[in-house]
Amino acid sequence: MTSAVGHHHGPATGITRWLFTTNHKDIGSMYLIFSLLMFFIGGSMALVIRMELVEPGLQVVQPEFFNQMTTMHGLIMVFGAVMPAFVGLANWMVPLMIGAPDMALPRLNNFSFWLLPFAFFMLLSTLVMDGGAPDFGWTFYAPLSTTYAPPSVTFFIFAIHLAGVSSILGAINVIVTIMNMRAPTMSYMKMPLFVWTWLITAFLLVAVMPVLAGTVTMMLTDIHFGTSFFDAGGGGDPVLFQHLFWFFGHPEVYIMILPAFGIISQIVPTFSRKPLFGYASMVYATSSIALLSFTVWAHHMFTVGIPLVGELFFMYATMLISVPTGVKVFNWVATMFRGSMTFETPMLFAIAFIVLFTIGGFSGLMLAISPADFQYHDTYFVVAHFHYVLVPGAVFSIMAAAYYWMPKWTGNMYDEYLGKCHFWCSFVGLNLTFFPMHFVGLAGMPRRIPDYSIQFADFNLVSSLGGFLFGFSQLIFVLVVVKCVKGGKKAEAVVWEGAEGLEWQVPSPAPYHTFETPPEVK
Amino acid sequence: MKSNRKLILQLCGATVGMFLFGFALVPLYDVFCDITGLNGKLELVAKKNTGVIDTSRAIKVQFIANTNENMPWDFVAKDVEMTVHPGENARADFFVQNLTNEQMVGQAIVSVSPSIGAKYFHKTQCFCFDRQVLNGKQAQEVSVLFSLDTDLPDRVKKITLSYTFFDITDLQPVAAN
Ligand code: HEM
Ligand SMILES: [Cu+2]
Repeated sequence: MTSAVGHHHGPATGITRWLFTTNHKDIGSMYLIFSLLMFFIGGSMALVIRMELVEPGLQVVQPEFFNQMTTMHGLIMVFGAVMPAFVGLANWMVPLMIGAPDMALPRLNNFSFWLLPFAFFMLLSTLVMDGGAPDFGWTFYAPLSTTYAPPSVTFFIFAIHLAGVSSILGAINVIVTIMNMRAPTMSYMKMPLFVWTWLITAFLLVAVMPVLAGTVTMMLTDIHFGTSFFDAGGGGDPVLFQHLFWFFGHPEVYIMILPAFGIISQIVPTFSRKPLFGYASMVYATSSIALLSFTVWAHHMFTVGIPLVGELFFMYATMLISVPTGVKVFNWVATMFRGSMTFETPMLFAIAFIVLFTIGGFSGLMLAISPADFQYHDTYFVVAHFHYVLVPGAVFSIMAAAYYWMPKWTGNMYDEYLGKCHFWCSFVGLNLTFFPMHFVGLAGMPRRIPDYSIQFADFNLVSSLGGFLFGFSQLIFVLVVVKCVKGGKKAEAVVWEGAEGLEWQVPSPAPYHTFETPPEVK
Repeated sequence: MKSNRKLILQLCGATVGMFLFGFALVPLYDVFCDITGLNGKLELVAKKNTGVIDTSRAIKVQFIANTNENMPWDFVAKDVEMTVHPGENARADFFVQNLTNEQMVGQAIVSVSPSIGAKYFHKTQCFCFDRQVLNGKQAQEVSVLFSLDTDLPDRVKKITLSYTFFDITDLQPVAAN
């Protein structure tokens, strides 16, 4: 709370600035850079996968290593790239958007960040251990992850524990900041949607990350201390694992998409030069998605042998979730309708989000039909579904946010031409990668297999080429960021013509300390 | 800030609460399965037969015998399939042998398919009620006495029981579950 006492100094110099900083902007930047690094590490693993799948047969890697790649790719992207990126955005933007001088718990903030490098160092170090890295899929179903797991599973468990503690502390910080540190005149229903969606996400995190922690703890005791939570021989039940995991897992997928909804709800009005259509309905839709997300977990388990009533309940509950999701899509489109739109890079990413996320929503609806899911389950169709909601969904929203707020962070405009190149290469690359997966999935190609039947060869080649295009075009983003940090056209305080909100009231780049006296909210 | 502290404590409480809730789900799922008979788990207590026999229907009952991974026992169903009327008493025999030279303890776990059948499958006596202790190379015949409930829904024409023997020699005695 140095700022409250009125120290007006800039950041410390050298490495200690980053090690000991309690400044929300520094910590936000560290989260974002960390997640970008993880994005590239996880991405390289995806390229190993795509390299192996260029043609049928085994050519590049051993099946055991292939399994480690699919597992580590999923874990790193979910826990290392997407989640920390959103936390970084929250750190940077939530205080600026609600007119607070910093996060409520600055030292805790520093701690939550520095847990992550340790967690992921530990996770990545399993790659060089005896028996190899975790190879049981990012969903780590027991008994694959207990009885049959490589010895490195213990490191995996502790990595998940650390990352989980980090997210929970981060979430507590966000909640306290939003509930207690808003500018006095900012009522809940005046909060920007990014703040709203993050508040709800933070509650989801507090609710489900501890359940995940409990689940991996049970794995730990099953492996090392002779309990039998998931072992039928000792009176346990492997299906219990799936219930526990998905009780966490389904809310988790919303944790990865609700902040994205918030970002899109900031960007679309700006570049349509119109206020957001249906603000209140957006808030209610987000809340109902969050509540409903606790009632649908078994749609991941339609084939484990749940009884008919269960199949029906989880089928209808899942379909119900698409109603508030549809409300959101409708509102974004209605916001654009008759707006005077321009198409700068953030807006391109946002529009692509709306279109492609909706495709993912539709494939989700297909999967939700439980009799049909018996055919689709564990095929590439599921892979296509969740990559459509996560790549052009979560990842594109993060990219959109980065372009949207980068001038505010650095004080410089990014290179619009390169930004558009990045967008179009990513757009083409990801559709080439993931769209064909729908077809091979429907035709029955199983997921997580290094070799496949010859009939899937052509589509897989397309996927692989698209994957490499997508992967390498992310280097353009790095170039954009580096150039923007180094210099460029100076950004004004209100970077975008139609932008509204407190973050645009502070100069660009945002000074080290902002809003030491709370601003007035219209 | 006082209000911060209160909120933080509440949130930490919620975190701890949810952590414990995760563990509470373990018995809760079991309770739920018990009440509803889901999961194909059978209640492991002997049931009295009411004596009424429904001769209008004949149900196929099949038996599958398995051993869990690496369990060095031989376990086969002698009666692979039989036809019984609901309410009628029946008996199925199995053969089990310890193939090692050491004494071992095994526990059979049963699973019923379709799971709806679990509720209507009554065992008056079963080797799966107890742990089986077999000396090295010892062979034994084991059996289950059972009857089907006359309330068995009409759409169930066939019931499959799958028994799996687990090696519990090294485990603490477990409550059969
Ligand atoms: C309209 C909304 C959605 C519906 C109806 C839906 C439905 C489903 C269903 C039924 C499955 C299980 C498929 C199977 O394994 O057979 C599934 C898997 C999945 N969904 Fe969705 N979903 C929706 C939105 C989302 C969103 C927004 C995300 C994340 C941002 C997401 C992420 C995932 C993931 C990661 C999996 C696969 C998990 C795995 O097995 O590895 N879904 N979805
Ligand atoms: Cu789900």
